[in-house]
Amino acid sequence: MSRTLLFIKIMADQTYRLELKNITKSFPGVLAVQDVTLSAYPGEILALAGENGAGKSTLMNILSGAFTADTGMILLDGQEVKIPSPRRAQELGIAMIHQELALIPQMTVAQNIFLGREPLFAAGTLVNTKMMQAEAQSVLNQLGLDFSVTALISDLSIAQRQMVEIAKSISIKSRVIILDEPTSALSERESAKLFDLMRSLREQGVTLIYISHRMEEIFNLSDRVAVMRDGQLVGVAATKELNVNSVVQMMVGRELKEFFPKAETQRGEVALEVHNLRSGSHLKDATFTLYKGEIVGLAGLVGSGRTEIARVLFGADPNEGGEIRVAGKLVKIHSPQEAIRLGIGLVTEDRKAQGLFLGQSVRSNASVSLFERLSRFGFLLYEKIDQWVRGAIQQLNIRAANLEQRVGNLSGGNQQKVVIARWLAVNPQILILDEPTRGIDVSSKAEIHNLMGELAAKGMAILMISSELPEILGVSDRILVMREGRLMAEFSRADATQDRIMQAATGQLQNAGLNVHE
Amino acid sequence: MNNKFLLRFLGLVRANSGLVILFLVALPLSLLSADFLSGNNLLTVALQTSMIAIAAIGMTFALITGGVDLSVGSVAALTGVLAAGLATRNGLGTYPAIFISLFAAALIGALNGAMIAWGRIPPFVATLASMAAVRGLTLVYTQGKPISGLDEQFTFWATDAAGIPVPLFVLLFVAIITYIILHRSVFGSYIFAIGGGEETARLAGISPAKIKFGVYIISALAAGLTGLLLTARLWSAQPNSGTGLELDAIASSVLGGASLMGGAGSVTGAIIGTFIIGILANGLNLLEVPSYNQQVIKGLVFIVAVILDYVLKRRLKNNGS
Repeated sequence: MSRTLLFIKIMADQTYRLELKNITKSFPGVLAVQDVTLSAYPGEILALAGENGAGKSTLMNILSGAFTADTGMILLDGQEVKIPSPRRAQELGIAMIHQELALIPQMTVAQNIFLGREPLFAAGTLVNTKMMQAEAQSVLNQLGLDFSVTALISDLSIAQRQMVEIAKSISIKSRVIILDEPTSALSERESAKLFDLMRSLREQGVTLIYISHRMEEIFNLSDRVAVMRDGQLVGVAATKELNVNSVVQMMVGRELKEFFPKAETQRGEVALEVHNLRSGSHLKDATFTLYKGEIVGLAGLVGSGRTEIARVLFGADPNEGGEIRVAGKLVKIHSPQEAIRLGIGLVTEDRKAQGLFLGQSVRSNASVSLFERLSRFGFLLYEKIDQWVRGAIQQLNIRAANLEQRVGNLSGGNQQKVVIARWLAVNPQILILDEPTRGIDVSSKAEIHNLMGELAAKGMAILMISSELPEILGVSDRILVMREGRLMAEFSRADATQDRIMQAATGQLQNAGLNVHE
Repeated sequence: MNNKFLLRFLGLVRANSGLVILFLVALPLSLLSADFLSGNNLLTVALQTSMIAIAAIGMTFALITGGVDLSVGSVAALTGVLAAGLATRNGLGTYPAIFISLFAAALIGALNGAMIAWGRIPPFVATLASMAAVRGLTLVYTQGKPISGLDEQFTFWATDAAGIPVPLFVLLFVAIITYIILHRSVFGSYIFAIGGGEETARLAGISPAKIKFGVYIISALAAGLTGLLLTARLWSAQPNSGTGLELDAIASSVLGGASLMGGAGSVTGAIIGTFIIGILANGLNLLEVPSYNQQVIKGLVFIVAVILDYVLKRRLKNNGS
């Protein structure tokens, strides 16, 4: 059925799939969702936009049974429903696909799809593996997915795992599927595949609610856009009546001049030279130079070896041959400790597992690298540490209630700023940032980009890995592109376009601009 | 809705759960038994409990890193028999004997630490192995017989000074030292860091191996001290002393707020936890509950405490605070 036809059909019978009426939810000290009324049609993709902390996730968690609303009503296909638990949501046909995927890595695709509702035989004592795999296969076929139902989740890419989650929600006959930032860990190509899948689900009449920060995707994909700010719904409109600026303006309540502030920087001396870097099966050959005062963007598909470069330079993974020179001196880096001593810092891609101590305070997270310097005879000088942390909170505009607040309770943007604060304490000469703004709201993003510009202006050499091409293009002075473990191309800011980077990343353009340093 | 007050109350209870449980255990006992609150009885409890509390503090260090030290009971026994043997059989004198035996304890801790930190053996397995091996060493050294004949210099450490049991002073001393190490030093903050996320700590430039190595030495030293005090208290070193000490130490730490997942725990918590168990055991004795039944009750209290901790934690977490 074509989209227009479908639209006409919806207009004709006017039935909502889902109606949220006057939903309010408060946490101690915060009114997270305030009197939100929002509806969705069958067979539509509704984008839900808003900064981190705007209340999107809370609203969707209420819909999927993780939280209960203080007041308000939820109607599903015209009938009022109560959703006290995720299990009830599942029974009602509401599935939420979280940023942190909920699959068991050691089990197969089929086992995960049927987890908790396996087809049984022998009087309900044994799992009917054959039937389970056959049914899983038919779901995968329906969705056009080509991996095996007996593959282990741990062998699949993040994108494929996401597809498994979607397959699971389809197999339980979900009427409403909520996707929370589904593309934040995906490359462009993988995202495109996901979007095709979402469109085909829309054709099948499923209601998709899509949370995202990425304007491009929202405008590409959605039928309508709902924008939240400070717990309230500030607007809902058909996507074709909106543009990026109007949505961003609704999100932040003001107009942002430039999406990605471009920093003017002066290139200085050589900070880092890398020759034929190799490690494991993902990083085969990388040679490049980094100068003081510049921001170099490292682009490429997920799995192309970008993160591996960062980890080898930081001593987190072994360097298997290949030369590293820091400020002209040949060095060997065996551990993160040695890297830090050489003036190299790394903001990791996985903020939660590698960047933060989620259960611990803002203070200890921001200052852990300072402990040795701000101590006397091995004892911490708390006043100095607190003083420094307060300064960093102010400088980076971190929104935390106090120094004791658990980092796990902060929004993504504020969490990332805490990680960056830790590196400011060390003041490295070379700072590597791996997906520094993934899953972060628009204004935090702009703040982080501004900060990167300031650091570069002070003479720091910055290597930024990103899967978001507009970010790469907007922030970098120079752009390197990886493909299948090798550095394929180098562009100056002036020469780079989205198309040329994608061509290099997918192998249609080879060795462009390489070895042409100035 | 109107459960904000309840939530705040639950939060307070959780933050001080050890003290709350201590109160909940002590209150009925003081009502049921007239002897419970007598000065003499409380001093007896303090004497017995302070010896265990030292080992519990050491265990808390291991638990905070996300590990565990099952060898503490065996290390306590070995330290005790070694000190007694060196002092009586070899005529080394009390203090050289104590010093050497504590050094031996530290060595075992270093071995545990090395296996865990650099050998990457899970703490449960590494210390389970050394629990068996060290108990064996103790039996070999003593040929299975107690070593007696300790002089007053040795037994002094389990007597009273100014009417207060000496082990209580030892505990106070150990508590101050370990409190400063755990809650005031760089080393201590790194212990919490690796318990909160080992990979994060490594990428922040901390060496988890060195920290763990130190932690198991501390745990073994604490266990050794407990062993010496037990020996002084009994006037002889028993090759089978300290059996089950690891369970008491783990239970005490957890009752005092240490997390089996790592990242949480405190010196004061470990002490409060040990006193909960000590007071409970004492009260049951006063009430003439048979010792077999006491074991069952002790186990149940431990389970209730852990469940309470998890339930409160989850409740608070779900409400986003």
